[in-house]
Amino acid sequence: MSIDLLNDRGTPLDQQKFTWKELVQPTYSKLDDDAFTRVRVILMNGIESDQLRFSHACSRMNRVLQRDLARLRRVEQHQQTLINWLNPADQSVLETTIGFEQVAIEVTAALALKEPDPYLAQVYRFGLLEDFDHMYRYGALMDRVEGKDPNNLLQSYTDVLPGRPTSLQHRHPDDEIRNHYDRESANLRTKLHAYTLVAAEFQTHDYYMTVGPTYFDPIGRQLYAEIASIEEQHVTQYESIIDAGETWLEKLLLSQAMEVYNYYSCVQSERNPRIKAIWERFLDYELGHVRYVADLFENHEHRDAASVLDTKLTETIDFVSHREFVRDVLRKETQLTASGPNFIPMAEEPKNGPSQRYREQLNSEGEATERVAAGYEWAPGTELARKRPAATPVQPNLHA
Amino acid sequence: MTMHAELGINRTGISTSPALTQDMLAGREEFPPDVAGDERNIALFRAESVQQWNEPLGSVPPPTTVKGMVKSGVTALKGESPVLLIDKLGARLAFERTGVRLYEALLSKFDATGGFDAGPTRVELEGILEDEFNHFSLLKEALTQLGADPTVMTPSADLQATIGAGAMHVIVEPRTNFAQCLEAAVTIELVDNESWDALTALADQSGQRELATRFKAALVQETMHLLHVRRWLANSQGITRSDATT
Repeated sequence: MSIDLLNDRGTPLDQQKFTWKELVQPTYSKLDDDAFTRVRVILMNGIESDQLRFSHACSRMNRVLQRDLARLRRVEQHQQTLINWLNPADQSVLETTIGFEQVAIEVTAALALKEPDPYLAQVYRFGLLEDFDHMYRYGALMDRVEGKDPNNLLQSYTDVLPGRPTSLQHRHPDDEIRNHYDRESANLRTKLHAYTLVAAEFQTHDYYMTVGPTYFDPIGRQLYAEIASIEEQHVTQYESIIDAGETWLEKLLLSQAMEVYNYYSCVQSERNPRIKAIWERFLDYELGHVRYVADLFENHEHRDAASVLDTKLTETIDFVSHREFVRDVLRKETQLTASGPNFIPMAEEPKNGPSQRYREQLNSEGEATERVAAGYEWAPGTELARKRPAATPVQPNLHA
Repeated sequence: MTMHAELGINRTGISTSPALTQDMLAGREEFPPDVAGDERNIALFRAESVQQWNEPLGSVPPPTTVKGMVKSGVTALKGESPVLLIDKLGARLAFERTGVRLYEALLSKFDATGGFDAGPTRVELEGILEDEFNHFSLLKEALTQLGADPTVMTPSADLQATIGAGAMHVIVEPRTNFAQCLEAAVTIELVDNESWDALTALADQSGQRELATRFKAALVQETMHLLHVRRWLANSQGITRSDATT
């Protein structure tokens, strides 16, 4: 099976229609569905939200494209609605957050493994270890503040272990700008990976910025604030690996191809038949979008769209547990930090350099990521299944 | 929709994936916590935050007009604090108003699922809804009499809305069945009973005897609500409660 981006025509844009009932339909089950169904829903919401983000930026800069972009964007907005509303209302903000981090870990690992450019694969592994640590911190928050088991959401696919400590992830903005791929020579797959990750991370940042202040416990409020700051770093990192020399329409074309790539991956892996039908429908919609944008591209730039979308899609994102790969990266690369576009051992970070000073300032009054997870070890059924609460270290004699 | 959860493929427990779970557990030794300590760090942070924030949820506004205040006799209120009485009256008003909406939602669930044997009739649920509305109206009148603004969300009203939010979520969620909704309703009725009891005593101690008498009548109705909902809930689970009405 493969997808021919320019010749598989999909559903024409003018035939892409919805009703409110379709947009707000029954959700997946938090309890019974596979964790990767939630992962796909969260990911695809992020993918669609980035289309809106990019399309609006493009509109602001290109009067001539505004009408065409508005037509396309209306459908994308409705697609995002349908997907995001698949999240059930009994899934709390923090439970959804665990889902976001599972996306960040498993999807980044999947792309790192398939990335043909070794430098970019390292960029992905670098980001992966940071999101991996976020899972540990949020897991501790869930366990210790709400008395709930993060593995109820993770279903044992993804670890709850410390990664590169979040407190060490705070770096000066200059150390978040990476080298970019070259638009002329880079493999299409490389571009689709980069577009996927920037979309996913952007939505993660936006989600934490929206829900963080709704958390009641002050430790949770600060935890969301601290991790949201890292997600902003990640958006900066992933954005910087994309060649800024791509034209607006070239980027739009690649964005649409990236959506096809993601929906195609969802179709290949989804086990819930009702949700799978949605992925299939939207795969056809996105192929229609590629065609629509390819026409715009060819009319405005007088270039063949095939010069950008030059290969068939054969590879997909593997929505599976990457435990062994992630642990291997943990063993080898936890101690790395970034110095400009390069990755260096933390011990070699310039003393009193911009990142060190930045971090010391931010952490100077303590940080939630260390406090929330001090001594935390995940256990099936929560920490309390293994040990007594610390507030009552000695068995009280209730009958004394 | 059935009245009880059924056997299925719930995937949240470790028994769904024992091998994956063993792998997961094996990582704990190799990748231990990076910082020593335990959950008491969170407790300390909470205590620090209480001191740092040092702010209440909000306040009770003064009576709308001095004239209204004098006319209503609010200045003559006895007891610890007339502000406390206004705060708690505002809480009951808001809770009863939400209670009307909650029973409307419960009626929707009843209509959709049809209830069950030994459960409530529609008329019985409508009766409780009517009581909730009447209690709301009573409190609106009481606050107005005292020169207070009945449209204010007082701190206690905000607090009880936060406490009760989960019950409303359960009742309006399309996937919950009627028995599950009764479980939510019983928590609301328990809070309501406790609060009416306290409010009646507070009104009495504040020298508002007439109000206290009217509140006592409302409390009797609320006690009946609780007994009814408890009985229906018990019946839905096939259990017998000694304190439930027959």
